[in-house]
Amino acid sequence: MAKIALNVDGKSHTIEADNDMPLLYALRDDLGLRNPKFGCGLAQCGACTVIIDGVAVRSCVTPVDSVQNTKITTLAGLGGGKAHALQEAFIAEQVPQCGFCINGWVMTAAAFLEKTPKPTEAQMKEALSGIKCRCGTHMAILRAVMRVAQA
Amino acid sequence: MNHHINRRNLLVGAGALTVSVLLPGVPAQAFVPTAGVSLRPALDPRRLASYISVNSDGTVTAWFGQPDMGQGTDVGVAQMVAEELDLRVERVKMDFYDTTTCLNQGGASGSFGVSHHGKALANAAAEARFVLLEMASKHLGVPVDALTIDDGVISAKSDPKKQVSYGELIGGRWFNEEVEWNGVKGNFLDLKSIRGKRKDPGQYKVYGKSPPRRDVPVIMLATEDYVVDVKVPGMLHGRTILPPVAGSVPVKIDRDSVKHIPGVQIVHENGFLGIVAPREWDAVKAARDLKVTWSDVKAPFFDSKDLYKHIRSAPVIKNGGLKSNPEPAKMDEAFKGAARVIEATYEYPFQSHACMGPGCAVVDYQPNGMSRVWTGSQKPHYTADGVAVVLGVKPENMQGTWVRGPGSYGRGDAGDAANAAAILSKAVGKPVRYQAQRHEAHGWDPKGPASIHTIRAGIDKSGKVVAWSFNSKGFDRLNVASNESKPENNLFSQLTGVKPKPALVYGSPQESYTFPAKQLTWEVIPPLLESGSPLRTSHLRDPLGPDIHFASESFIDEVAFSVGMDPVEFRLQNIGNERDRDLIKAVAEKAGWEKHTKARKQRRGDVAIGHGVAYALRGPTRVAIFSEVEVNMKTGKVWAKRFVVSHDCGVVINPDLLKLTIEGNIVQGLSRALMEETTFDKNNVTSTDWESYPILDMMERPQSIEIVLINRQNIAPSGAGEGSMRPVTAAVGNAIYDATGIRMRQAPFTPDRLRAAGLV
Repeated sequence: MAKIALNVDGKSHTIEADNDMPLLYALRDDLGLRNPKFGCGLAQCGACTVIIDGVAVRSCVTPVDSVQNTKITTLAGLGGGKAHALQEAFIAEQVPQCGFCINGWVMTAAAFLEKTPKPTEAQMKEALSGIKCRCGTHMAILRAVMRVAQA
Repeated sequence: MNHHINRRNLLVGAGALTVSVLLPGVPAQAFVPTAGVSLRPALDPRRLASYISVNSDGTVTAWFGQPDMGQGTDVGVAQMVAEELDLRVERVKMDFYDTTTCLNQGGASGSFGVSHHGKALANAAAEARFVLLEMASKHLGVPVDALTIDDGVISAKSDPKKQVSYGELIGGRWFNEEVEWNGVKGNFLDLKSIRGKRKDPGQYKVYGKSPPRRDVPVIMLATEDYVVDVKVPGMLHGRTILPPVAGSVPVKIDRDSVKHIPGVQIVHENGFLGIVAPREWDAVKAARDLKVTWSDVKAPFFDSKDLYKHIRSAPVIKNGGLKSNPEPAKMDEAFKGAARVIEATYEYPFQSHACMGPGCAVVDYQPNGMSRVWTGSQKPHYTADGVAVVLGVKPENMQGTWVRGPGSYGRGDAGDAANAAAILSKAVGKPVRYQAQRHEAHGWDPKGPASIHTIRAGIDKSGKVVAWSFNSKGFDRLNVASNESKPENNLFSQLTGVKPKPALVYGSPQESYTFPAKQLTWEVIPPLLESGSPLRTSHLRDPLGPDIHFASESFIDEVAFSVGMDPVEFRLQNIGNERDRDLIKAVAEKAGWEKHTKARKQRRGDVAIGHGVAYALRGPTRVAIFSEVEVNMKTGKVWAKRFVVSHDCGVVINPDLLKLTIEGNIVQGLSRALMEETTFDKNNVTSTDWESYPILDMMERPQSIEIVLINRQNIAPSGAGEGSMRPVTAAVGNAIYDATGIRMRQAPFTPDRLRAAGLV
């Protein structure tokens, strides 16, 4: 167990944890955040995605000590105190069914749109490739992210 | 954290408070409580208060005995209740969170949410409307038939100033009336008769509109817990360790291998092996690192590439099906009278629910008080019943709370998670949060059963079908029940030694083809491993629907082409139901169906393009699907580019949410048609993650799904949660045939299978 400093959604925290514990457990269990989800623990699905220094990262395989001195953003902090445009678009398009996967789509799209503000639909689809949604809401997801991309 | 509150107590408090407080604008001397009581009568299907209550602000709460799994069933039912009570839908609250406050209406089950569970609440709402009108009549001194209602305000038709609202009449108190219950629990619980009258379609104001889901902002802004977020004081984290060879049991457990992990406890009972630890990451490590020696057992399975060979040769332990028309002996005659007989066999694999989150639940065992389970199961009442049995507590001392979970699509692994949490909590005497790991979620969830379907058609000289037989042979539809109410139906209780009681049942196609002689039968084969099997079967969304109708609707195309007919025309000529005919015409028209009597094999470079159609009933709901596919002739990769769906589920309550539900069905159905297959070797399931069990990716998403809703104002709503998944596989298979001339008789349609089928 080591003392580990984390900056999450603009707040600093110090936790005690194994160095190799995945960041996801720190966010969920030590900081009590409910938005990043455990989906697979294998970086295969995206349910645990957070943004670290501008990059969408799967927190379930990211050792917690590797992200000290970084800025970590979760879905809750994405809009900086209000709903992010993507969250608004997902609400307007009534996207999620069970919603368990939503971190993957929103956080990945948010990081991508920061770098590529006006993507084509093909670029957007490629950026979102690999993220899983079992309810099959892919049609609505693309409508929502393109609504933001074209805004 | 609203689900931590005991809602029954909360409401009692609120009710007691408002009894003595009159709302502004109500003349105090005129207020005579007549029917309301301040304490909720015991939850009982014979009491109106078990279904409907009026809050002190005049809003209404409908107590709904099933959770919504993300398709807005609760909104549709709120619309039904609003319609009967003449209320704006925004003023109908839906509560479906707790077994102590909501009746057991069977949970999310069989696409019955609107058609049965909603109907019961709409009936209760109509009864409540009758009671409220009687109260208002007494209160205003105006006969009931001289009263009118607008948004929860009852007034005299002749003098609108004479008015009283629902809130003023009984807000914050409970109805004391009894209702005529039909005596049935679960899915078919209903009122036998009501004194009120249900609305006629001509009076509908709330049906046909599309109020949004209530939970979407909650989900998107992460403002409420999922079941994985529930925390109870003193809670430990639990994990299980499942055998590398299915059926083997731990014979030696090296406790020293995890003794360095703080607070670890090991729970071992026969084949069940679990651990708990105060910290979640410690529990994960302990489950990973615990050294276990497993018993030597005979390998229970074989390589899944031999699956269909096995099913063909396996003994039949139960058979059944619909009675033939005519009786079986005359079926033989009908076939003998045919000029020719064509036959084909279709094959469908085991598939996994593959939920986004592995099963998770929290159980708090209280031997001398109220034990609790927090579950995301789609049938929380039954889940709580099963947990109570494991804990050995009386049902009245068991509370089940539903908290949003990953979608389950039938009986996923949510209920087994509650079962594991119960075993662990009872063993260690502390609340336990159990969460499965990914390899357990894919590898050990109940599976949709693998099957083969053999169809024969006798055709006369003129090309008419004179005899039709359809036989399914496969694994039990319900090796474990579709709910978790009995330990025998739960994986972890089976591992502790509880013997399973499989149902031994299958199913048959649902369509309206009017062939003069028709026989639909099924045969069930034994499970590969009797107890504690990763291949135990149970309901997977639209149970048997994609499987059976892949076969029946692909073969319809085979027969149509065999007699030189267009697939749409063949269906129109042979179906016997006008609604079905309208449905197929609608899909063909919207799709711009191009008639063809053989595979057209249209090409654009390496890509072959084809169109297909399929249709099926699911109860009274009926769906036809057009699919356009592009097949890469080099790789065998199929892209289902375009779908058109015509959908008839009676009267449409919420068109926008219905369309979103259909889209999800098509995409999930497409994923199953193209990619999904549980694989195994002789020891165990080998498709244990998203790499080995892929699902449809964003890159593979259809370009468009167009939906035609056929709105039957005068026909009761019949549900839409699953019906549109049913014909997807056949529609895609039929389109592949049109594109390539290759008839796919084995699902899923992977590039390997297309290449093996002769694609060059």
